Amino acid sequence: MEQQRSLSGSSQSPRSPSSQPYISVSVTDPVKLGNGVQAYISYRVITKTNFPEYQGPEKIVIRRYSDFIWLRDRLFEKYKGIFIPPLPEKSAVEKFRFSAEFIEMRRQALDIFVNRIASHNMLQQSEDLRTFLQADEETMERLRSHETGIFKKKPADLMQIFKDVQSKVSDVVLGKEKPVEESNPEYEKLKHYVFELENHLAEAQKHAYRLVKRHRELGQSLSDFGKAAKLLGACEGQVLGKAFSDLGAKSEVLSAKLQKEAHQLLMSFEEPLKDYVRAVQSIKATIGERANAFRQQCELAETMKLKEINLDKLMLTRSDRVGEAEHEYKELKAESEEATRRFETIFRLMNEEIVRFQEQKTQDMGVAFHEFAKGQARLANSVADAWRSLLPKLEACSSA
Amino acid sequence: MMGSENPGFEESHLFASREEMENLVLDDPLTTTTTTNNNSYSSFRSANSSISDAATRHPLSPPVLSTPAESDPLLSPPVFRNPNASDNNSYIEPPSYADVIFSPFDDNSANEINRVDSTSHDLDSSLTLSRSSSSTSDYIKITVSNPKKEQETTNSLVPGGNTYYTYLITTRTNIADFGSSEFSVRRRFRDVVTLSDRLAESYRGYFIPPRPDKNVVESQVMQKQEFVEQRRVALEKYLRRLAEHPVIRQSDELKVFLQVEGRLPLSTSTDVASRMLDGAVKLPKQLFGESTAVVAPHEVVQPAKGGRDLLRLFKELRQSVANDWGGSKPPVVEEDKVFLEKKEWIHDLEQQISNASQQAESLVKAQQDMGETMGELGLAFIKLTKFENEEAMYNSQRVRAADMKCLATAAVKASRFYRELNAQTVKHLDTLHEYLGLMLAVHGAFSDRSSALLTVQTLLSELSTLHARAEKLEAASSKIFGGDKSRIHKIEELKETIRVTEDAKNVAIREYERIKENNKCELERLDKERRVDFLNMLKGFVVNQVGYAEKISDVWAKVAEETSGYAKDSC
Repeated sequence: MEQQRSLSGSSQSPRSPSSQPYISVSVTDPVKLGNGVQAYISYRVITKTNFPEYQGPEKIVIRRYSDFIWLRDRLFEKYKGIFIPPLPEKSAVEKFRFSAEFIEMRRQALDIFVNRIASHNMLQQSEDLRTFLQADEETMERLRSHETGIFKKKPADLMQIFKDVQSKVSDVVLGKEKPVEESNPEYEKLKHYVFELENHLAEAQKHAYRLVKRHRELGQSLSDFGKAAKLLGACEGQVLGKAFSDLGAKSEVLSAKLQKEAHQLLMSFEEPLKDYVRAVQSIKATIGERANAFRQQCELAETMKLKEINLDKLMLTRSDRVGEAEHEYKELKAESEEATRRFETIFRLMNEEIVRFQEQKTQDMGVAFHEFAKGQARLANSVADAWRSLLPKLEACSSA
Repeated sequence: MMGSENPGFEESHLFASREEMENLVLDDPLTTTTTTNNNSYSSFRSANSSISDAATRHPLSPPVLSTPAESDPLLSPPVFRNPNASDNNSYIEPPSYADVIFSPFDDNSANEINRVDSTSHDLDSSLTLSRSSSSTSDYIKITVSNPKKEQETTNSLVPGGNTYYTYLITTRTNIADFGSSEFSVRRRFRDVVTLSDRLAESYRGYFIPPRPDKNVVESQVMQKQEFVEQRRVALEKYLRRLAEHPVIRQSDELKVFLQVEGRLPLSTSTDVASRMLDGAVKLPKQLFGESTAVVAPHEVVQPAKGGRDLLRLFKELRQSVANDWGGSKPPVVEEDKVFLEKKEWIHDLEQQISNASQQAESLVKAQQDMGETMGELGLAFIKLTKFENEEAMYNSQRVRAADMKCLATAAVKASRFYRELNAQTVKHLDTLHEYLGLMLAVHGAFSDRSSALLTVQTLLSELSTLHARAEKLEAASSKIFGGDKSRIHKIEELKETIRVTEDAKNVAIREYERIKENNKCELERLDKERRVDFLNMLKGFVVNQVGYAEKISDVWAKVAEETSGYAKDSC
């Protein structure tokens, strides 16, 4: 069942006019592959699109969880400032790694992940996305294994990391260990908001998860109670015995309904809340990137100033190092401008992203709340109907 | 802040703790008209809450409620008693509850849109029905209250003396035998033990409600106040059960206990310790033939165990061993097949009730947890709402905050309903626990029967031994011409012993038959009352579930309605 999730946001039938650009992805068919510790789940990723850069109207590839991680990391690197859609966590507990429920939850989350990327006006242009959606499995595996651990970074990047550490150390030594931060009150407010929000959401999600458990527990106890009632009914016999048996049967019916609702609750309410928490964590990562970019910009600006002063000095003394210094200064200036550009891009993007994020979350939560309320009403109705159906019989028992 | 659809909720979104949630001012269905619940629903609700007042649920009392307006805790629940005149055991025929609690349901009731109305309306009309017929029945209403610490007045080694607690026992009754319509006494727990022991003696074969435990360990370990309160509750339950037993409520023992101030006189047969002591003193004399080795007829009506007559105890013990291991059948056995089947069935029933009672406890816990977690979820969202509103920079945040508030309010309401539901569930399913307690009484009655039988068997064996001895003596004596003075004397003595033993045997047989008859009547009573009580329990439980499920459903339907704008296109 593939649904259209086009960037325009409005729902379209699969037979939309091909002149309208669209892209829709579904992550389906989880299959367990491999053995023992090496075992993993693979998914079918089906892309339907009329984007010119893509092959054909439909393309199907096989992907696994670490491929999604690769995609996320690449996007995070390239599109600083954009809130990259969050991925479901790696499973900590071995036991549940292959439980049907966990697999379904993960599949749903991965599906949402890819579609969010595909419907983001900037992210959808990403070459890495194209690779992810279209490359054959060997290519994907090659790319994926390149990115594991420290080997994720290219040598130049590695150097940068060392340099950063170096400069950090020298800063500390020189007593310059003051973190460079923006003095932007609105941004401060945003940061504070994001960090607080995560706490509140995490708590809500915790209770939502517990609520799922409670449904299961209530279902179980109703089942046990039903069995006991049936046994008691068998012992009592006659009219009263029948009443107990009927009660027991209804209890068992309701037990099944509760288990079903627990699953619904998990998928339609608790997962969206978890997703919300992850999204906020993704924002925190972007905040980190912004801080980095800002720091770099400041540092480079400062270094450039120093270089400028030095250059002037050299020019005054007509040193033969002037040419070299000039060259260095030009390079530095370019770098500095680049850093400023990077920062300003992040700044601008974040402002757009935050608006979009708030709107998206209101929508997501609205849907989740609606589903939750619907589910609870549905459950309560089932409960009322089931018990109510017993009343005439009980009535008859009394007058018998 | 934002427009609120629930005026009563406005001030309540600032809570941070669970205690505050308890006090959350939500829409009170009794006062607002914004909810779908209306007047008839409200009376159902308050009817439910009036159950939570004092009235203890007792298996033998009808679970009919006092009307919503009733606030006097001392007014008893209506008790229907129509003494069956023809039966000299006077067990009471319970009334038919069908008409009282439910109006006849028609098929449409399940399809009615305003379902809450129909259920509660029926309950309403049934409530008024029950109320009007209560004044013609007799009742005994007992309350235990006002525990007081008192000093032991007799000399004791401990300076300051022993302290103990007394409880004020107030009785209200319209039964003429009591002589007065309202009276009180102060009693201590020791008196209750006495009462219970004396009832056990006088009412063998009856299902006598078991008294509260002595709880010696708990009395040392628990906080005094808690323990005293626990005991007070237990005493009240016990006395009320006694008062509802059709035979025991008329007993002198109970009357004296309830009315006569002062130490409950211990009859000679109740003091176990002194009995044993007496028995130990008597035994050597018995063995050496210096005092009567026979059981006096009046003692035969009590079981040997716990009595003074150790020799009798040994004889009966020997008899019971002979019954079990001896080759020959004892002179008289439990022949009543019906009874034996019934006994086995009762045993099975007890197991099933016990099992059901355990599962009922689990169910109650699960409902409780559900309510709690739902409430915590609501609170978490209330905090989120407040947070988003305070920090809102975009309108989408305010919209979301409004949605959250809607959900949170509903969750807190639903949480309340779950907890109310549970309080009622506890009361209904408590019937199962009560009947477990009653099973103890049944065991007691059955063991009265077997010990009476054992006494009969022992006496019969004894008699046949004595007769055999007498025959031998007579045969030996007849061989001597003119008679053997010493032998003749012995024969005379033996004949006297036989006579006394015959009397005792007859008394024992009469006692055994009496107990058998009591057992039979009580079993019939148990059957009748159990059926009624269990049916009421089931009805109460089911009605309760329906009522609250409907309320909870309404709450969520509203939220679904208000968030319907977000509904996905697919169903």
